[in-house]
Amino acid sequence: MCLGVPGRIVDINGLVATVDFWGVKRQVRLELVDSPVAVGDYVLNHVGFAIRRIPEEDIEGTLALYEELLQESDQDLMAADVRGEMDSARERDHGGH
Amino acid sequence: MADTDLQARAHELKFRDPNQAASLARAIERVVAQIDDRPVCLMHVCGSHEQAIARFGLRAILPRAVDVIMGPGCPVCITDMPEVDEAVALAERGAHVATYGDMLRVPGTRKSLADAQADGARVHVVYSIDQAVALARTTSDDVVFFATGFETTAVATAAVVLAGLPPNFSILSAHKFVPPAMEIVAALPDTRIRGFIAAGHAAIITGWKLFEPLAERYRLPIVVAGFEPLDILAAVLRLLELVRDGDARVENLYPRCVTADGNQNAQDQLWRVFEPAGGQWRGIAHVPSGNLALRSEFAHLDARVRFGLRDMPAPRSEDREAVARECICGEIMIGRASPTDCTLFGDACLPEAPVGACMVSSEGTCRIWYQYGGRPDLAPTGTAS
Repeated sequence: MCLGVPGRIVDINGLVATVDFWGVKRQVRLELVDSPVAVGDYVLNHVGFAIRRIPEEDIEGTLALYEELLQESDQDLMAADVRGEMDSARERDHGGH
Repeated sequence: MADTDLQARAHELKFRDPNQAASLARAIERVVAQIDDRPVCLMHVCGSHEQAIARFGLRAILPRAVDVIMGPGCPVCITDMPEVDEAVALAERGAHVATYGDMLRVPGTRKSLADAQADGARVHVVYSIDQAVALARTTSDDVVFFATGFETTAVATAAVVLAGLPPNFSILSAHKFVPPAMEIVAALPDTRIRGFIAAGHAAIITGWKLFEPLAERYRLPIVVAGFEPLDILAAVLRLLELVRDGDARVENLYPRCVTADGNQNAQDQLWRVFEPAGGQWRGIAHVPSGNLALRSEFAHLDARVRFGLRDMPAPRSEDREAVARECICGEIMIGRASPTDCTLFGDACLPEAPVGACMVSSEGTCRIWYQYGGRPDLAPTGTAS
């Protein structure tokens, strides 16, 4: 519950962004993000909220850990936590808030 | 251990840069040899750090003179039985109780939420408070969100409160605050801890400067670290240098995520909704300012107020209490014991039938050690042992 997950914003509708997590698109809320975000930005997300816009130069370094983790099955606690974080974002079809 | 395949695999995992890992390990050996009073015990306070340390087998490459242990960094683990009892009572009274999955099997005095669910209560696991709010919009019955976690999840609760909630929605806050978790250990008169690795993602919210008063007050260095194996090794090395030099400063080794002042927007929302409150932490102590309670202007959203929980008589269960007395989760979380010191570990206390909360959560020390193994019994790798 303390490891956020990075994803790329593909659409923004008010305070809700559609974020692409390795091909899985989910909706996250933007009330908590630290600075203004735009389509194409990477954000770090936690329990369904973006909590940080990831600066351009830090994107690669941030993604690396997850790419390795996502090779693992859910038997792996850390990989399971990361997938849980992705599931904390809503499916796209649920609409607004 | 249960899952030997997985453990073997965890230890086989390669560092992306094995040369860098080896050179960090050599530097760690060199620095620890320059410290007189060994072993040097360092504490981190984050379940994800423990997962990374255990799954990448970092303890196997650290010299024996360095002990890296997990402190009270699992918010589910420090949630006390009476808090679980409150959630169980609400579920048994007919409310929908929604909570994060880790909380489901944490033992209460009589029952866990999973037990209540098995007995027919409406308990829901959600990944986000947003999902609990969505549930409340589909029913006229009461929906209570049993809110757990440190700053990183408390800010989500705050944002949802400020965004407006349906009238049948209320919050049972068991949110905790990270700095008091470190302070409770630092303040122990017999503490072995010489420095802290601070949790990288909680610090995204609060910023690293938050730790400066703590470092100063207890003369303990604090290093903010990320979750890559190399991030953690680099943090251990820097902490050892600071210990050697008697330099009780805060350093940020995770600048790709953590800033000095943190996420001001999220902090503003957090402190508009919550205030620090003293509370009992399971197996540890009453921790001043350790909990996050809803401010009085949000009392109407507080399940404790709405359902009169403060007057609820404490449930009793002699059998459970007798077993729970043998549980040493509290001692483990403050760094006085390891899971393997516990007579219940892996025997009477298992992930599927946990006695202590540390065996429940994927962030609990016992759960992590059960899956990946703890401190490997290998020949010392360094001359500093």
